[in-house]
Formats: sequence, structure tokens, C-alpha cells
Amino acid sequence: MADPIHQFEIKKFATLGNIGGHEIAFTNSSLYMVIAVAVISLLMLGTTGRRALVPGRMQSIAELSYEFVADTLKSSAGSEGMKFFPLVFTLFMFILTVNMIGLIPGTFTVTSHIIVTAVLALLVFFTVIVYGVYKNGFKFLKLFVPSGIPFYILPLIVFIEVLSFLSRPISHSVRLFANMLAGHITLKVFAGFVTMLGGLGFFGWLGAILPLGLTVGLTALEFLVAFLQAYVFTILTCIYLNDAIHPGH
Amino acid sequence: MSDGKRDKGGFENRASDEASFSARLRSLGTRLGKTGKGKPVETSSGGPSGSDPSAIARGFRLSTELVAGVIVGALIGWLLDRWLGISPWGLIVFLLLGFAAGVLNVMRAAGVAPGSQLPGSDVDRK
Repeated sequence: MADPIHQFEIKKFATLGNIGGHEIAFTNSSLYMVIAVAVISLLMLGTTGRRALVPGRMQSIAELSYEFVADTLKSSAGSEGMKFFPLVFTLFMFILTVNMIGLIPGTFTVTSHIIVTAVLALLVFFTVIVYGVYKNGFKFLKLFVPSGIPFYILPLIVFIEVLSFLSRPISHSVRLFANMLAGHITLKVFAGFVTMLGGLGFFGWLGAILPLGLTVGLTALEFLVAFLQAYVFTILTCIYLNDAIHPGH
Repeated sequence: MSDGKRDKGGFENRASDEASFSARLRSLGTRLGKTGKGKPVETSSGGPSGSDPSAIARGFRLSTELVAGVIVGALIGWLLDRWLGISPWGLIVFLLLGFAAGVLNVMRAAGVAPGSQLPGSDVDRK
């Protein structure tokens, strides 16, 4: 039977060098990241290069994705949040494209590795901290002190608030990683059932119809999940950035 | 949009070119604008949002918030135990705190508890 974990294996293509005793290699993961960036760049540059007043199909995709992310950002972080639009839009397009490319059979899903999603989540986390402290100074710490709490319970609440803040990058990264990983494993297992039952002869062929139907259904579900996870990552980024822009006001 | 229609109706009595100009200006504004000035700022705990994807998104959020809080609490407790040599106590205390933080996360994600950045929590001051 096909090994459902095999698809997540990192294969090294070329070694680029060593930094601090660690090998920096160009892997299949890097390859698919480059492909994703190339696809996004082609979409964005190619469609906005010769833009028409009445947008064509591809130009509509580019414009719709801009509008979608801009609306999400404005509704969660206000118009001040628009200075983070490049970051948020890059994150959304990158995760969405990488998720979608990963659904093509035989390809590698970059976001199914927690190191990738953790780096993206930590990028957001540190952006929030650095910008929050830069913009608000010590008032940023008001984020951990909710108003209207009796003083004798305040130290406990502050502890819990700090822990809640620290848990953000974990839930942010684990959610995306776990959904992509679990989805791809499920797909592979059900697809594996089809070939296993198919090898059993005529009744096996009959029995294989059910997992085949499930695989088709799950693929559709995975497309929904691929989009929704990119959207959830984006909307949480916006919510966290909102904390940096207006903490405890 | 509704503003535009009302004002357009009010202008109908005046010169027609002025009315059509203001109507065009307004429709341009609604098409270009949406600058967020008129829109209320929706925060993490914002009320029920109408659109479907954000409702599903909120459902997906709930799945990991609790786990993340517990993991962070356990991790901090374990590290404190290792550094300070207070073997079970750091883990016990921070696991419980982490659980509380996880529950807080879930309540925030579900919109039950107000977000920490909201000013409206003055109401329950005792």
C-alpha cells in the first residue's frame, strides 16, 4: 500500500552552502515555493501590465483578490491597518497559492510542514510586537491588562493574558499545518483503498466505488479547506495587527 | 449606497446636471472609496458577521485555540522546572494557567468574552 506520509518527504536537490554548520539546501519544498512565487508574480504583473477598463478574466482574479484582502484588512484593523497591506496580501496570496498547488496530484504541499507555517506565524507575531512597541511604547503592555478587573485578581489575569498572547503563534501555525497535513493524509489513505480493493478482482472493483467517491468528495472539501485556511491565517493576521495598532484603547 | 440614493432623490428638484454630477460623484466614491471611514472597525470579538466564509473561518479558529494555550502553559512550566529545579510545581501551575489561557482564547474566538482591546469592559467593574 502507498505510504500516506511519503508525500511529505523533503528531497534535497542541490546544496547552496553552510551557515553555522547547517546545510542550506535547495529542496523540493523550496522548488514549490519558487513556483508559487512565480505563479503569483505572473498573475499580478501579467494582468496589471496591460490592464483594461473592463477587466478580462485574469485581471478580474487579480482585482478580486486585492479587493478581498483589502476589505478583510480594513474591517478588522481599520484604515490605519492598510500600511500593512503588502505583508497581509503577500501572506494570503502565498498561502493560498501554495495550498492550491499542493492539491494538484503529485505535487508537494509546502504548508504541510510546520516549520514553514511557524516561520510565517512568527513573522506576524514579531511584526505585531515590534510595531506595537514602536508605535505605542509602554502603552502596548496595556494589552495584557484588561480594564475593569478588581486589583486582587489582576496578577492572575495578567499571567493568563500573557500566556494567551504567547499561544497565538502556536495556534496560528498549527492550525494551517495540521489542516493541510491531515487533509492530504486522508486523501492518500482513501485513494490507497481504491487501489487495494481494485486488486481483489470483480467484487473488489465494486467495493472500490465507495472510497473512490469519497476521494472525489474529499478533494472538493480540500479545495474549500485550502482557501479557508489561507483566509483564516489572513484574518487572524489582521486581528493581531489590530492589537498592535490600537492596544487597549 | 442608501445614502447615495437618498441624496440623489433630494437633488432631483434642482438643476438636473448638478444632480447627475453629484450622483456620478457619489457612485464613484462608493466604487473607489470604501476607505473604511464609514465602516465600523470590527475586532476579533465583533458581533455576528453576515458573510459565510468568516463564519466557517471562526469555526476553524476554535479547533486549535484551546490546545495552543495548554501547550504554551506546559512548555513554560517545563522550562521553569528545568531552570529552577522546582520539579513538579512549575508544570502544575503553568499547565493550569495555560488551560485558563486556552479557555480565554476559545471564548475570544467564539466572541463570548470581549477582546482585550475593547474599551467596553468597564461595565463589569465592581
